[in-house]
Amino acid sequence: MAATVSTLYSHHDRAALLESRQATRENPWVKGSILVAALSFFGVFLLLPLLVVFVEALAKGWGTYIDALTEPDARSAIWLTLGAAAISVPLNLVFGVAAAWAITRFEFRGKQLLITLIDLPFSVSPVVAGLVYVLVFSNHGWFGPWLSAHDIKIIFAIPGIVLATVFVTVPFIARELIPLMQAQGREEEEAAVVLGARGWQVFWHVTLPNIRWALLYGVILSNARAMGEFGAVSVVSGHIRGETNTLPLHVEILYNEYNFAAAFAVASLLALLALLTLVVKSWVEWRARRD
Amino acid sequence: MKSASLPRVLPGFTLSLGYTISYLSLIVLIPLAAVFIKTSAMPLDAFWQAVTAPRVLASYRLSFGMALLAAAINSVFGLLLAWSLVRYRFPGKKLVDALVDLPFALPTAVAGIALTALYAGNGWIGRYLDPLGIKVAFGPLGVLVALVFIGLPFVVRTVQPVLEDLDTELEEAATCLGAHRWQTFRHVILPVLQPALMTGFALAFARAVGEYGSVIFIAGNIPMVSEITPLMIISKLEQYDYSGATAIASVMLVVSFLLLLAINGLQAWSARKRGQGPAVASGPRARPPEHSDRDSTSSTARERAQGNAAIGTRSRLAAEPRQGRSE
Repeated sequence: MAATVSTLYSHHDRAALLESRQATRENPWVKGSILVAALSFFGVFLLLPLLVVFVEALAKGWGTYIDALTEPDARSAIWLTLGAAAISVPLNLVFGVAAAWAITRFEFRGKQLLITLIDLPFSVSPVVAGLVYVLVFSNHGWFGPWLSAHDIKIIFAIPGIVLATVFVTVPFIARELIPLMQAQGREEEEAAVVLGARGWQVFWHVTLPNIRWALLYGVILSNARAMGEFGAVSVVSGHIRGETNTLPLHVEILYNEYNFAAAFAVASLLALLALLTLVVKSWVEWRARRD
Repeated sequence: MKSASLPRVLPGFTLSLGYTISYLSLIVLIPLAAVFIKTSAMPLDAFWQAVTAPRVLASYRLSFGMALLAAAINSVFGLLLAWSLVRYRFPGKKLVDALVDLPFALPTAVAGIALTALYAGNGWIGRYLDPLGIKVAFGPLGVLVALVFIGLPFVVRTVQPVLEDLDTELEEAATCLGAHRWQTFRHVILPVLQPALMTGFALAFARAVGEYGSVIFIAGNIPMVSEITPLMIISKLEQYDYSGATAIASVMLVVSFLLLLAINGLQAWSARKRGQGPAVASGPRARPPEHSDRDSTSSTARERAQGNAAIGTRSRLAAEPRQGRSE
């Protein structure tokens, strides 16, 4: 707890220091206008959208709220969303660690290109991300005839949803680990190897303790994105109620049916997830600072 | 791997690189290549017709125009917000700082219906704008509002760390030399912030161009008026016009590649300016000693900037453990 106070204080202190010095402060009118402009913008564009979700969700009372979350279609959407995240996050966790290990511990040609390619899913529109899997796996796609001959459904079925979710979350963990592991350098691992540690021992006892907070952070971010992805999943899902509807898609269906209270009730669940993500993120940042 | 010419002490090179490349190829590269392969199989005039149909052209104008405008608005208010967070004390600062990341964490569909509820004619904000004749929801302005929402953290989170690391000595020198506060800002601070601001602008723009979830609810999706380009892909797909959808997707992909290249260039520039300019980013924190004695840290600052900006997180986490270790 003492550490919290000190970090709070040091941040506080920095702004206070800057405010106290003639050279780094503005006159009160300018400062006031900047604060008012910045905070009004914050209020209108970030705070109000968050508030309205909860207000609308409870507009028809707790009964409607609970019903909206416990009806069978909502329950199956919750399970599908949890399942897709439970598959895609570990896959990208392994990928992220492998990519960061290769990129930060060895020199090879094309490293910069590889880093850029890992970033690619960030800049591709989610709709295009969904479309590429349709092109590969749908009935008109590359593997379509083979898949339908073997009675395997990927598009408009759960595997497609998982694939699209994996695609959009590929970079998160790798992008969190690469800068950190680059900054830490490889001396500690090299020392461990020289002292006779085996590969996995090095990773388990030297690397992992050093990167655990960044790793957790990457997992949280990619989980939030995995559970909330809309565009890519919407293209491949086929919107079959109770079967291939994730939570965000369920929100869309309810909304388009003008069932606003239910739509916002389900949306509030996702908003709570977002808030939880931000809380854990702040906590991880605090732990990382304390370590 | 043990027989490499330079002594490669650490194990796992072949395994980790091999896995990385195979995974990336299977999940990302080969599926993306499908778009171009499918497009190249189209007759040229069919491709041209698909990507220059009037409705599609109108969607480019809307998507790119509104994305540019949103990124510009975010650059201004993102800078003000980052400035307030770094330089001022105010109640609720920690909360504001944490909630800036909300658009990253909030699913886009939730953002979409929330913004629609706010700006619809009877919404909390819409009811005051409606009498003034300003219709935000279900029109192009709605698209703008959604794109401003999702782009804001990109600017704040790229500018904030630079502002935190900014050395105040230069400002003091400028003040001693008789500069007004505005002159100091304009000629001393802004040049240092400029690369980060442009990076934030580019990231917000890139994200806005491809955005789908938050926009479709509020846009109203009126043909020729408020249809965004990703929606055109969806509507082609719904008509089973796979080649039309693919053609438009290939145009968007090319734009994404170009933006990615531009962002990489900007971030390299930004890192160079932070790393070796006169305003070396040391700030009140001690600079970690590793910085000079690691063999491959020349690219560190850049990687850090890239990683953090791409995900839109602050350099805090990447930077702090280093400090911890160095002390």
